[in-house]
Amino acid sequence: MTYLPKPKFRHPAIEKNELGLTHRDYEGAISTLCAGCGHDSISSAIMHACFELDLPPHRIAKLSGIGCSSKTPTYFLGNAHGFNSVHGRMPSVLTGANLANKDLIYLGVSGDGDSASIGFGQFAHAIRRGVNMVYIVANNGVYGLTKGQFSATADKGATLKKGAANPDDPIDLVMMALHLGASFVARSFSGDKGQLVPLIKAAVEHKGPAFIDCISPCVAFNNHDGSTKSFDYVRAHNEAVNALDFISERAPITTDYAPGEMQLVKLHDGSTIRLRKIGADYDVHDRVAAINYLMKHDVAGEIVTGLVYVEEDPGDMHDRLQTVDTPLNQLGDADLIPGAAALAKINASLR
Amino acid sequence: MPIESVNDFVVRFANVNGSGSASANLMFARAVIRMGVPVATRNIFPSNIQGLPTWFEVRVSGEGWLGARGGTDLMVAMNPQTWDKDVASIEHGGYLFYDCSRPIPASKFREDLTVIGVPLTEICNREYAEPRQRQLMKNIMCLGALAAVLDMDADIVKTLLSEQFKGKDRLIEANHRALAIGRDWALANLTCPIGLRVNKSDGVGDRIYVEGNAAASLGAVFGGATVCAWYPLTPSTSLAEGFTSYCKRLRGDATTGKNKYAIVQCEDELASIGVVIGAGWNGSRAFTATSGPGISLMQEFLGLAYFAEIPAVLFNVQRGGPSTGMPTRTQQSDVLACAYASHGDTKHILLFPRDPGEAFEFGALSFDLADRLQTPVFVMLDLEIGMNSHLTAPFKWDDSRRMDRGKVMTYADLESGRDFGRYLDVDGDGVPFRTYPGTHPTRGSFFTRGTTRDAYARYTEEGGPYVENMQRLLRKFETAKAHVPAPLVDAAPGGARFGVIHYGSTAAPMEEATQILRNQGVKLDVMRVRGFPFAKPVEDFISAHDKVFVVEQNRDAQLRTLLMAENCASGDKLVPVLHYDGSPVTARFIARAIAELAESIDARAKEGALS
Ligand SMILES: Cc1ncc(C[n+]2csc(CCOP(=O)(O)OP(=O)(O)O)c2C)c(N)n1
Ligand code: SF4
Ligand SMILES: [Mg+2]
Repeated sequence: MTYLPKPKFRHPAIEKNELGLTHRDYEGAISTLCAGCGHDSISSAIMHACFELDLPPHRIAKLSGIGCSSKTPTYFLGNAHGFNSVHGRMPSVLTGANLANKDLIYLGVSGDGDSASIGFGQFAHAIRRGVNMVYIVANNGVYGLTKGQFSATADKGATLKKGAANPDDPIDLVMMALHLGASFVARSFSGDKGQLVPLIKAAVEHKGPAFIDCISPCVAFNNHDGSTKSFDYVRAHNEAVNALDFISERAPITTDYAPGEMQLVKLHDGSTIRLRKIGADYDVHDRVAAINYLMKHDVAGEIVTGLVYVEEDPGDMHDRLQTVDTPLNQLGDADLIPGAAALAKINASLR
Repeated sequence: MPIESVNDFVVRFANVNGSGSASANLMFARAVIRMGVPVATRNIFPSNIQGLPTWFEVRVSGEGWLGARGGTDLMVAMNPQTWDKDVASIEHGGYLFYDCSRPIPASKFREDLTVIGVPLTEICNREYAEPRQRQLMKNIMCLGALAAVLDMDADIVKTLLSEQFKGKDRLIEANHRALAIGRDWALANLTCPIGLRVNKSDGVGDRIYVEGNAAASLGAVFGGATVCAWYPLTPSTSLAEGFTSYCKRLRGDATTGKNKYAIVQCEDELASIGVVIGAGWNGSRAFTATSGPGISLMQEFLGLAYFAEIPAVLFNVQRGGPSTGMPTRTQQSDVLACAYASHGDTKHILLFPRDPGEAFEFGALSFDLADRLQTPVFVMLDLEIGMNSHLTAPFKWDDSRRMDRGKVMTYADLESGRDFGRYLDVDGDGVPFRTYPGTHPTRGSFFTRGTTRDAYARYTEEGGPYVENMQRLLRKFETAKAHVPAPLVDAAPGGARFGVIHYGSTAAPMEEATQILRNQGVKLDVMRVRGFPFAKPVEDFISAHDKVFVVEQNRDAQLRTLLMAENCASGDKLVPVLHYDGSPVTARFIARAIAELAESIDARAKEGALS
C-alpha cells in the first residue's frame, strides 16, 4: 500500500513503445490494495502487456465486478474507460459493451468469489456465448474484500487463518472454461510475471473468449500455512506445461530450438506465440487432452500453469450473430430507422 | 326473447388450445373490421387447467368501444371440457353455437338460449380424409356458418383467406371450399340471420389491428435500438420475438446481408439487464422485455444504472404476481416496483401507453428519453395491451425526426479543450455529459461506479459530493417532467367537481364509462396520465377537483400511492377505484363503482351541510 503521490519527473531516456508512449501512459490511479497483494502484480502485468503490444490505452474497455480484484481496473490504464459493475455480473455488462462496439478490446477483471460464487452463471454464459474478451480471474481462494471467507475455488481441506478447514469441493475455473468452449484457456500465477505477461499479450490478440485463471495470493487473509493459494504453496506445486514467448507480427523469430521442443501458435492478428514445451507431447490445440492432463495433475496435487488450450480458428459472438462490420454504436438514423414509407407498408398489412 | 342487436354484441369462442382455431378466430375479427365495424378482441388463456382451453372474445361495437364489455351474447362452444361453464355464462336470451355431430343431453342446454347446431365434425369427416386437414378445415367451415348466421359478407372472408395464403393457390381454393360448405349448410338448414347481425359501416376508418407487443417492438426498431437482451417470460416473450422478426425484415444490410442489430437470449433477467446496461454504457440503444418476475431479478442492476446514469429501456408487460401467480392474466401491479426499483434512493421514468398505437410511439420515444436523461426508462405495458390485437390509429413517423442521443462529448469537443466532468451539471438541468469509451486518447475517459465519486468521476467516499450528486439526480428528475408524454384531459362540458385519473389499458373502458356516467348525469373531468414523474398539470388537476377517482388495475392503488408520495395530493382527495381479478377492467365495472362512490360522497356532503 503506497499513498505517496507519483513523482511528476520523467527521465528523458525513458523507454517508449511504437506509439511513443511510456510505461506511465499505461498506469492508473495509485493502488489502495494491501502491500504485497497478488492483484497488484496482475495490474502491473496488464500494463506491461499493453505497453509491449503498443495498444492505445483508450481503445481498451476495462470492466469488473466487485471485490479487491475488481477494484484493480482503477489502478491501470487511466486513459481507458472503466466500469466497476455489480458483484458477479461483469460478464453480462462486458457482453453488452462488446455488442455495442466490436472494435474495442474488452478486458474483464474478476475475483474467484465474483466469478466462481455469485457470478458463476454469468462466467459460464459469457464464455459459451463466445464473447471476444480477455477474462482474468484474480484467484486467491477467499473473499478478500469481505475479510477472508472461503470462496468456491478454495481447495477442500485448505484452512483459514484461524484454522477452520474448508469442507467443500473446489470449482476449477480452468476446467470449467475448457468445458464451456473457451477458445483460449490459461492458468498463471501473479508471482510469475515472465509467464503472465506473454499470456496476457496472447489473450489480447486472441479473438474469442480468452480466459486466464491467475492465482493471486491474498496476503491479508490467505497466505499462511494450510492455504493452497499462498505464495509458497503455489511456488512449490506449480507445474508449467509450457513457457511462452509472444512474438508480434512484426518481429522475426530468431532463437532456434530443437524440433519438437517448440510449437508456434498463430493468433488472429497474425502474431505468433512461441511455446517451449515443458510437458512432453502436450498439444495445446487438444481440448480433450488438456482436460485429462489437468485432472491427472490435480489428483497429484500439482497446479498446472501455462497456456492450457488455444483453438486454431476461433470465431466470436459477433460472427455468430452476423453483425455488420461497423460497430452498432456508430450506426446512425439512415442505418437504423426504416422510415415512413416502410411504416406505411406495415400499416397496410395490419388492416 | 332472444337478444336482437346490430353491430353491438359479444361473441366468445371456446376452443381447445392447439386446434388451429386461433387463426380462424382472428379471421372472424378481421372480417368484421373489414366490414367497417370496430371490434375489441382478447385472448383468455389460463395456464393452470389441464387440456389447455382457450377463449377468444370478440366485442363487436359499432359505436367503437374498445374495452372489454363483460358478458357473452353468442357462445361458439367448441370445447366439451368447458361446456357447462360456457353455457352458463351466456347472457339471458343469448345464442349458443355448437358442433352437433354428437348428441348432447337436453339437460346440458338452457331454455332461454337460441341453440345453433352445425354438424361440423360430421361434414368434415365426410369431406376430408386426413386428420389434420379435418381439424383445420373444420375451423374454416365454422367461420362460414357463423358468417351466414350473423349476416356477414362472405366475400370479405374469402378475400382474407386469399390474402393469408397468398401464393399458395391450392390452399386458397381448399379454404374457399370449406368456407362455402359451412356457409351453404347454414343457409340451407338454419334460420339466417339470427338476432345478432353485422352490418357494413364506416366506423373503422384507416385504423390498424395489431398486438401491443408487436407494436412496441416495432417502436424499438424505429427508436434505433440495436441491442435486445431478454429471457422468455409470458406475457413479454412476443415483444422480443416481434423485434427479431421486424429486424430480420427491416435491419439487414442491403449489400452484405449482415445484421444491424444484435439479439441475445440470455440465461436470466440479471444477465439481460446487465447486457442492456453494458451496451447503453458503450453508446448503443439497448432494451429488454420482461414482466414482474424479471423486474424483481433486475433490482440491483437498476440501481446501478440509475446512479451510474446509464441509458436503458425496459418494456414491462405486466401480469399478476408472483412468479407462478396469474402469468396469463392482466394487471397494472408493478407501478411502484418500477417507479422505485432497487435499493438506495432511486426513482425511475415510467411511460404508460394506452394501446398498441402508443406502445409504438412510446416505444420509440423511450430511447430518446433514456439517452437524453441517461437513466432507465420503463415502458409499462400489460398483458391486455401486449398480447391482444387492438384497433388503433395507424403508426406514424416523421422522416425528418432524428435520434436524440443526448449530451455526448465527441472527439472534437474533447480536443477543443471543453471541460469534461462525467457528473458535472453544466447546464443546471441535472443532466451531465458523457463520453463513449474509446473516444479520445487522453481526454474524456472516466471510471464508472455507483456513487463513490465526485463530479469528475474521481473516487471519493466524502459525504459532501455524495449529497451534491443526489441533489443533482433530483434536478434531473425534475427535468424529466417536461420530457415524458403530457397527461391528456377530457373535460366535462361546464366543468365538474369530480375528477378521474387513470392510465394505460384502463383508457378504453374508462372512455366508455365516462360516457355512461355522463349520460347518467354524473359529471366528470377525466385525466389520463401518460408518464412518471408527474408533471405540474397532474397536481393542478387534482387541486381543481373536490375528489379524484384513481382508477387502476391492482389491489393497492399503486398510482394513487405514487401521486401521494410525490406530493401531488393528499390521500383524502384521491378515491381508489380498483379492479384486480386478472381480467381486464370493464366500463360497466368502472361506471357502477364511480356512480356509487359519487352518490355516497354527495350524500355525505349533504349530511355535513345539514348538521
Ligand atoms: C450482492 C452482493 N453481495 C455481497 C457483496 C459483498 N462482497 C463484496 S466483494 C465480495 C467477495 C469478493 O471476493 P472475490 O471476488 O474473490 O474478490 P477478492 O476481494 O478476493 O479479490 C463480497 C461477498 C456485494 N458486494 N454484493
Ligand atoms: S485483502 Fe487480500 S485481496 Fe484484498 S487487497 Fe488485501 S491482500 Fe489483496
Ligand atoms: Mg478472491
